[in-house]
Formats: sequence, structure tokens, C-alpha cells
Amino acid sequence: MFQKQPTTRTSAAITYLEAIRAAQHKLLSDDPRVFIYGQDIADFGGAFKATKGLANEFPGRVLDSPISEDAQVGMAIGAAIEGMRPIIEMQFADFSTCGFTQIVQHAATHKWRTGVPCPIVIRLPSGGTAGAGPFHSQSMEALYAHYPGLIVMTPATVEDAYTMLLEAVEIDDPVIFCEHKYLYYHLKADGLPSTAMPAGKARVARPGRDATIATYSAMVHESLACATELASDGWEIEVIDLRTVKPLDTDTILASVSRTGRLLAVGEAFPWGGVTAEIIARVATEGFDLLDAPPMRLNAKDTPVPYHPNLWGTHRPTATSIMAAMRKLLGA
Amino acid sequence: MLQARAGLSTQPEANEDKERYLGVYRWMLLARVLEEKLAILYRGGKITGGVFLGRGQEALSAALGSALKKGDIFGPLIRDMAGRLAFGEDITDAARTYLGSRLGPMRGRDGNIHRGEPAKGYYAMISHLGAMVASVAGGLFARRLKGETGVVGATCVGDGATSTGSFHEGLNMAAVEKLPLVVIVANNQYAYSTSNARQYACEDLVQRALGYGIAGYKIDGTDPTACIETVFEAVARARAGDGPQMIVADLLRLVGHGEHDDFHYMSHALKVSPIGRDCLDVAREQLISAGWATPAHLDNLRDQASAEVENACSTALREPLPDPNQEDWCALHTRRLAEGAET
Ligand SMILES: Cc1ncc(C[n+]2csc(CCOP(=O)(O)OP(=O)(O)O)c2C)c(N)n1
Ligand SMILES: [Mg+2]
Repeated sequence: MFQKQPTTRTSAAITYLEAIRAAQHKLLSDDPRVFIYGQDIADFGGAFKATKGLANEFPGRVLDSPISEDAQVGMAIGAAIEGMRPIIEMQFADFSTCGFTQIVQHAATHKWRTGVPCPIVIRLPSGGTAGAGPFHSQSMEALYAHYPGLIVMTPATVEDAYTMLLEAVEIDDPVIFCEHKYLYYHLKADGLPSTAMPAGKARVARPGRDATIATYSAMVHESLACATELASDGWEIEVIDLRTVKPLDTDTILASVSRTGRLLAVGEAFPWGGVTAEIIARVATEGFDLLDAPPMRLNAKDTPVPYHPNLWGTHRPTATSIMAAMRKLLGA
Repeated sequence: MLQARAGLSTQPEANEDKERYLGVYRWMLLARVLEEKLAILYRGGKITGGVFLGRGQEALSAALGSALKKGDIFGPLIRDMAGRLAFGEDITDAARTYLGSRLGPMRGRDGNIHRGEPAKGYYAMISHLGAMVASVAGGLFARRLKGETGVVGATCVGDGATSTGSFHEGLNMAAVEKLPLVVIVANNQYAYSTSNARQYACEDLVQRALGYGIAGYKIDGTDPTACIETVFEAVARARAGDGPQMIVADLLRLVGHGEHDDFHYMSHALKVSPIGRDCLDVAREQLISAGWATPAHLDNLRDQASAEVENACSTALREPLPDPNQEDWCALHTRRLAEGAET
């Protein structure tokens, strides 16, 4: 676990993106083993500015890499074996497929095969934004969660973006850190937290008693908007923010379903398999008796992520489509 | 290793020279004017998503598009508006893809530079850099298997893309298969903000050709004459069966990586160096000093280009946008195997 730090209160609001930057700043300050390697992250501060100013403040530890995702991850693995704590920034999650071999074949298997852990963190700017198209919008958590040996984090709040990244580096295993681009600038908090729930624990983002939405990342906010809307009709929807999708906090989901009897799993990724399927499978096998209605899932459509906002807005779940699914689930 | 420019008797007659140059120039100009318009539309909020321009790279790109023939294969990249148009892309389709028209080749499913018409040999790039090298090689492989001869395939990459595994694997494979592949490396000295010093350590990227066992050429990408001569020669050699050809052209991106980028990181020394020249200015001078065009003629060409661009953009702007309710949400060709919408 990372050390609990005194609250850093800032008068101005801090965004999700700034929280990620602040976490990396703290990591570089506190832990000499940490370095960051990625495209355009040094003087330029990254495509999204998640490392703005860090190269200047920590010379030689925030480095521009060639456009070589496979080698970037491979070099992080070697560095981790030698005791370092590398953070790899992918410019977009989508490009991590070019480093897929090193991530899922090498990093993920290393501890199990050799007994030597492989503590690397791979930051994936994930998820859709308007006009980003098929190759700058993907949500890849399910792909990585599929492989034994990886931890997959999907923070939905400014606070979690900060504390979970700190914890990701502390953890002695490879962590895929899925940070949502849609939340980068939109999401703000008053300050950074001094305490945090540990990784692997889900959070009740909104309590309710009529139905449970289990979700993560940007879809937490769409789900909360849906819950707020349905509250005006008298429905009390509980929203569970999974925080990490691997490990998946089945206990918190089951506890919620035991209160509500109804479950909708929502995710932004493609529909086949994936996190929502895993949630449903677990509740169906471990908590079937808790269900008052067949569980439902809502995902993106089974096509690549479309470019045009008109299509994209329908491709991914939104508060509106979650609401429609929820009304069906409630029989309302 | 480095091929001399002369050699193959592809030197056209003087009049052919002039026509070829003027042809290339028209594509350069059309691309420039279209991209200027797209930048304005982007700033006016008419384009969602990124706008990535090829300003400064038009001579190289247009030379390639012009050197290819109908029936060839072209896999352009980010900064190839000029080459795309020269290869035969309908300018309205280019505008449609940026403006999201449902009638464009990508139907709003993909946008900006991610467009093509593969059935016409015009492949639609994915973002993942380097990926098109092997795919264009594969197209050529198929043509060979089908018994087609005299076909050339070409693709473009930037300095940054040469660092990808895909670039290396694709080029090595094309060399092993001795495919008629032309790879143009537009070395604009930066990959987004990253300068070449952080991208590769060889003295010059053209040295890579030696490692792959293919022909390598080095040119000044701001010099349209050099671009035309070398690109046409490389394409002719590939067509003649000499295997993969790699051209490395030094130049500078005269815009940001995308229109969102102010490229403050770009070195002033490079901007004022010879590779910081604007190839359109160079072309104008070369055309006038060769006596192939008058200033009035060139101004007239610009007016024609402007009219064409206005027409294309206003057409695309009037067209229907994609409609999610009419959209065919099926990613498969084999429809009987398509699953329904998600539950
Ligand atoms: C495999 C991969 N990694 C990262 C990116 C993100 N990206 C898009 S363009 C670019 C820079 C490309 O530089 P270069 O190849 O030199 O082409 P230029 O933009 O200079 O024309 C990067 C890093 C990508 N498209 N593909
Ligand atoms: Mg470049």
C-alpha cells in the first residue's frame, strides 16, 4: 500500500488529468525508482499534458521514447526486473496493441514463471471522445483483464485517478491503468485526497434500493446521471463504481444486488465478453438467488468506434440509453 | 547502396518534363488550398476531431501520387493530401470525410486522414504507424499471385513511423519477397513534438536501406524537381522489377502536428534552414525560371484550385450527416454470422 499523505488542498479545482500529473509528480519526488517513458512526454508534457513540467523538474527521469510501443514495454520489463518502477505512457490506449506481446506474454507471466515480480505501470488514455474515431477511442480493459498476472485499474473520479496511480506504482505486479480521456478535463474535484480505498475494492457511488448499476470509468458518470433522473420518478438506483476491473470486487456487487434484487452492468467497451459479461457471470453463478429479474448488460455496439459524433453518441452507452435499459429492468 | 538518380532511361523529353511538373504542381496547389480551407472550417467548429495537414510536404506527396498509375496500390499516410488527389481521389470525397458527410467513402464511420477506396487500390490507413507497409506489400503479393505484372505499390511514413516494429517487419518482408514497393519516408524532423535526436541514432535514415537490402535514395523534399525526378525513377525501377525502393526526403512540417498544435517546440534554426522552405514557393520559382509558367498563369491555377475547393466543401457541407437510426450497425461482411445488437 502506498503511504497515506496529508491532504493537499488546492483552492482551485483540480481536474482528473491534473490529478494524474500530480500523482506522477509525487511518485517521482518520493521514489527514486520511478521513471516515465513515453512518446512526447518530456518537454512537450505528453499529448494530453499528463506529464507537463515533470521532465524539467526531474531531469533524466521523464523521457521521450521513439514510436516503439513493443520496445517501450519491453524496456520497462527489463528495468522492473532490475528494481525500477517504470511508468509507460501510451499516447492512446489503442496503440498499446503494438506493445501487446510484451504486456500479456512477458510482463504478465514473469512473476509466475520466474518468481521475480514485474512492477510496471502502463498508462492507457482510454475511451471515446467526440470525433476521435476507431483508433483513438478504444477501451481495452477487458483484453488485459483476460490475462492472468495483470491488474487493471479503471478510475472514475479525480480522487481515484490520484490515489490509484500512486498505488499502482507501489504494487509489485504489472498494472494497466486505464485513465479515461473523456474525464480528463471535464471532471473536477476540490482537492486531492489523503486517504483512499485500496485497489480491488469497489465503491458505492450512490446508494439505492431498487436496482444496482455496476459500472466503471466514464460510465459511472453516465450511470449517476441516469440515477439522478430516475430519482425524480421515485426510483432509488444504486451505482457501484468498480474502480478496478481486475480484481473484480464481486462481494460488493453481490452485497448491492442482495439489497436491490436487480442488476444492470454497464461498460463502454465492445459487447462480446468483457467486464460486464464477467459481472453478470459472477452474479448469476454466485448470487442467482438474489436476483428478482434477469440481469442485464449494456455496452458499446459491436462495431468499431465510429468517428462522427452522431454515430458515436449512439455507439456508446449514455445516460439516456442506460435509462432505457433501467426502465426495462424495473419493468417501469 | 544509394542509387544514382540517373541510370534508368526514364528521362522524359523536355516537353514531357514541363507537363509532368505542371501536373504535379496543380496537385500541390489543390492540396494546399484545400487544406487551408479545412483549417478554416476546423477553426470555425465545422470539423469534429483532428485535422492533420501536409503543408510543406506537398511536392513529395504529389510527385508520388503522380508517378503512380491507375491499377497501382497506394497507402498514403497523415500528410498526403496532395498524393491522394494526384492518385485520383475525388476532392469532394476528401472534403466529405472531414466534414462527416454520409455520402463520403467512409460514411462518417471514420474521418479525416483515415480514408480510402481500397477497391481502387487506394488503401485506407489505420492510425497505427507503420501498419500500411506490410499491407501494401500484401496487395502487391496478391497481384503477383494473380499474375499481374507492372504493378507498383507505394506507401508513405514519417521519421517517427520508422521506429515501429511494423515498419521494420513490413520492409524486411517486402525485400525478402522482392516486391515492387516504394516507401517514401517524409523526414520532417519531428514526430509530433519529438525531434529526430530522440527517434533514431543512425546518421541518416536512408542508411536503413542497406540493412534491408533495398535501393535507397536521399532527396531534398522541399525541391519539387528533385522529388519528381527521384520519385518517378524509383517508381519506374520498382515497376521494372528491381524490388523495394526507399526514398528519404528531408523537409519540414510547416504546420503543427495537427491544427490543435502550435508547434512551439520546433527549432527556429530548422525553420530558417533550407529544409524550412515552402515547396510551393520553390515550385513557383522553378516554373517561372524554367520559362514553363508565368506568374499570371500560376495565379490563375490558384484561382482554379480555390474554385474547386469551394465547390467541394460547399457540396460536402450541404450533404446529410450520418444518422444513427439509419446506420447499419454491422461490422461483418458475412451477415448471417453477425450477432444482433447487444442486449
Ligand atoms: C503505433 C503508433 N503509436 C503512436 C501513434 C500516435 N502518433 C500519431 S502521429 C505520431 C507522430 C508521427 O510522426 P512521424 O511518423 O514522423 O510523422 P509526421 O506526423 O511527422 O508526419 C504519433 C506518435 C500512432 N499513430 N501509432
Ligand atoms: Mg515526422
